[in-house]
Amino acid sequence: MSAILPARAEGLTVRRRGRTLVGPVDLDISAEGLTILMGPNGAGKTTLLRALHGLERLAAGRVLWGMPLRAARAAQAFVFQTPVLLRRSVIDNIAYPLRLQGVGRAEARARAAEWAGRVGLAQALERPAEVLSGGERQKMALARALIRSPQILFLDEPTANLDGRSMREIEAILREARAAGTRIFMATHNIGQARRLASEVVFLYRGRVHEAATAEAFFDAPATPEAAAFIRGDIVE
Amino acid sequence: MWEIWQGIIAAARLLVTLDADLVEITLRSLQVTLTAVAIGSAIALPLGAWLAVQRFRWRRAVIATLNALMGLPPVVVGLVVYLLLSRSGPFGALGLIFTPTAMIIAQVIIVVPLIASIAHQAIRELWSDYHDLLLSLGASKRQRIATLIWDARRALLTAGLAGFGRAIGEVGAIMIVGGNIDHATRVLTTAIALETSKGDFALALGLGFVLIGLALLVNYAIHALSRTEREGRW
Ligand SMILES: Nc1ncnc2c1ncn2[C@@H]1O[C@H](COP(=O)(O)OP(=O)(O)OP(=O)(O)O)[C@@H](O)[C@H]1O
Ligand SMILES: [Mg+2]
Repeated sequence: MSAILPARAEGLTVRRRGRTLVGPVDLDISAEGLTILMGPNGAGKTTLLRALHGLERLAAGRVLWGMPLRAARAAQAFVFQTPVLLRRSVIDNIAYPLRLQGVGRAEARARAAEWAGRVGLAQALERPAEVLSGGERQKMALARALIRSPQILFLDEPTANLDGRSMREIEAILREARAAGTRIFMATHNIGQARRLASEVVFLYRGRVHEAATAEAFFDAPATPEAAAFIRGDIVE
Repeated sequence: MWEIWQGIIAAARLLVTLDADLVEITLRSLQVTLTAVAIGSAIALPLGAWLAVQRFRWRRAVIATLNALMGLPPVVVGLVVYLLLSRSGPFGALGLIFTPTAMIIAQVIIVVPLIASIAHQAIRELWSDYHDLLLSLGASKRQRIATLIWDARRALLTAGLAGFGRAIGEVGAIMIVGGNIDHATRVLTTAIALETSKGDFALALGLGFVLIGLALLVNYAIHALSRTEREGRW
């Protein structure tokens, strides 16, 4: 398996209706680790994640992966801020990415059942996805994202609105994925979570990378007053 | 008044005894309409899905046209199909005029805009839910359409039933292209029209009961389907 990492974003810019939402952003994504993307509401975290993943039309710049774009897309996965529920059972939701790749129904479902077990949804296999609770939906989305063993996984606030226990469970799954070699790039508002998980932090402010550092450096000695205020929990204008 | 009561009693007798003419006409109606709805769905469902998924320059115009075609007067469809299939028409050599095939062609033209339009609405909604995920997973255009059609299948079944409801009760077009020939192209609606004008209310009413029964059945089915859909039982 050739590697899509390290990767690099150069001059990445997203504009809508003449307004620049993100960029220009230059960013290196190293081969390993877990990057936490932080920043105030509206800073452009969601937009940046989507742009990196290739879901946004770029006004300028590009993302360079370690392999051709088509193959690189297949080696990525994305967990959306609000999980997308296919109108199918949980197991068929999780199996769906494999089905798209041409894996047979029986095998795809067997592997999906295994993943459902790993995220704690073994009891919910045949339930329609729509009846799942918020935390269960996130876990299902996570299993669906991980089933193709992506080389990099983007997550957009996967634990927003979840209670502490669900949050810990999802963090445990992410740690496992990371240990299994998946690069993780994730937006969160939860500073405790960022401290627990991050190896690197990217602080986004007004659509630009305001600060990018190792987690230790970022939390111990933020280089910008905005990041410092953000970590303290102050309002960043 | 007495005549009508007599008619109703005679109609009931025809139904209970499974009168041969009545059964034959009913079966032909079902055969023509079910074939037309099957062919129409095979065209309209992918068309509706494609219109929801594909962005192209004339998309809005096509959708507007489709919606306008829903209101197409069947008689006009019948006239156009007649002109195309009649002996002196461009497809006259096929010898299709006054055959069940001609009736099926006319009904397909009538139901495709209706089914496609309902399908398009349902799938467009689903597509806005699924869009990001399917793009993220790299689903091909074919896979997107297949996924949407499968996951919207209840709504699409409803669309097919609506098409059936429209086609089974339609008289203008099939009268023109079928000709209402006994034992060949006579169906429920054309037979009712004929028997009524002849004053034979027994058969007309008997056929009418069958037609009403079918229409009710279809509407119950649509109702049941949309209810299970709302309740989120897929
Ligand atoms: N399609 C769009 N058209 C116009 N503006 C948009 C569009 N999408 C996002 N925006 C704007 O871009 C800015 C960045 O949005 P984005 O969702 O990326 O922020 P965020 O950092 O993820 O915020 P949050 O923490 O609230 O999730 C916001 O001001 C938003 O209103
Ligand atoms: Mg966001």
